[in-house]
Amino acid sequence: MSEDWPLFEVFIRSRAGLEHKHVGSLHAADARMAIEHARDVYTRRQEGVSIWVVPSAQIIASDPAEAESLFEPARDKVYRHPTFYAIPEEVKNL
Amino acid sequence: MSGSATEPRDAVLEAARLRYVLRLADTSLVLGQQLGAWVGHAPALEEELGLANLALDLIGQARLLLSYAGELEGRGRDEDQLAFLRDAPEFANLALAEQPNGDFAQTIVRQWLLDGWQLEIYQGLGDSCDPRLAAIAAKALKETRYHHRFSSGWLIRLGDGTEESRRRTQRSLDDLWRFTDEFFAPDEVDERVSAAGIAPPLSLQAPAWSARVDEALAAATLRRPPAQPYPWHGKRGVHTEHLSHLLGEMQHLQRTYPGARW
Repeated sequence: MSEDWPLFEVFIRSRAGLEHKHVGSLHAADARMAIEHARDVYTRRQEGVSIWVVPSAQIIASDPAEAESLFEPARDKVYRHPTFYAIPEEVKNL
Repeated sequence: MSGSATEPRDAVLEAARLRYVLRLADTSLVLGQQLGAWVGHAPALEEELGLANLALDLIGQARLLLSYAGELEGRGRDEDQLAFLRDAPEFANLALAEQPNGDFAQTIVRQWLLDGWQLEIYQGLGDSCDPRLAAIAAKALKETRYHHRFSSGWLIRLGDGTEESRRRTQRSLDDLWRFTDEFFAPDEVDERVSAAGIAPPLSLQAPAWSARVDEALAAATLRRPPAQPYPWHGKRGVHTEHLSHLLGEMQHLQRTYPGARW
């Protein structure tokens, strides 16, 4: 039965102020059911305070076959990493 | 009821309070046990988790209520002893809760009818003069709002779905409707607890339940069955045969190995 339902991607915000993170996917007949399923499948252990669901078909992904041309050119450009700065001790997250 | 004319009024009221709490507790316990049986059999993995979540909420409610019942009873019985060592005639659940799971439509119709009942009862208990009961109801109400959202969503999908889902849902509704007769039909216990301010009068709650039912049935394009008088009343301990079978399975372990833990 669930195989007949479209796939949705699920994003959960774990705490107020944090971003929604992708946690997995599920099948549901429509958006309302997808939210309910996401609540039942992915927030059973208090993982979140907010849910987004997105039809998987709506996600446009990069082509793995193009990975070389998309990502390898960045490999030899280490100067793009801000690793040459001294970070003050008080800064916990950067 | 253990009350008699010679007992002081307080004892009669306390007996009614205990009986009332057991009705709420046993309805949640029996319904939770039923839903647990869907694990491994639900039509979709996601629904299976959904039904199991409802079951766990209901069993959680039953634990709080049975613990309270044990204290009210004052015979040293805890939640486990009340759940696992009473026989069917001592159970006070609404008879609808013990009706079999049947197909998915039957489970949903049963759930939706009882969710609507719990919604009214738990809402009303917010004003109870019994602080323990009011606190349990406040927690249960949050859970029940989700349960009702879940079950009415499915009722509408199934009723307003395919020819087959509509036929099965209407059939379940027609089969189960008679068990709603006892929901809001007050007996001596209901009257005593409402007069004492422990619970709101059922007669005030019936119209809201009925309106909610009509609203969902209209959206589901289902027909409300005619009222049917019903001779069995689970809340008075008069049960259908299904309860004994359910208890046989639920109580087997504790009956066979008393006090077993894991």
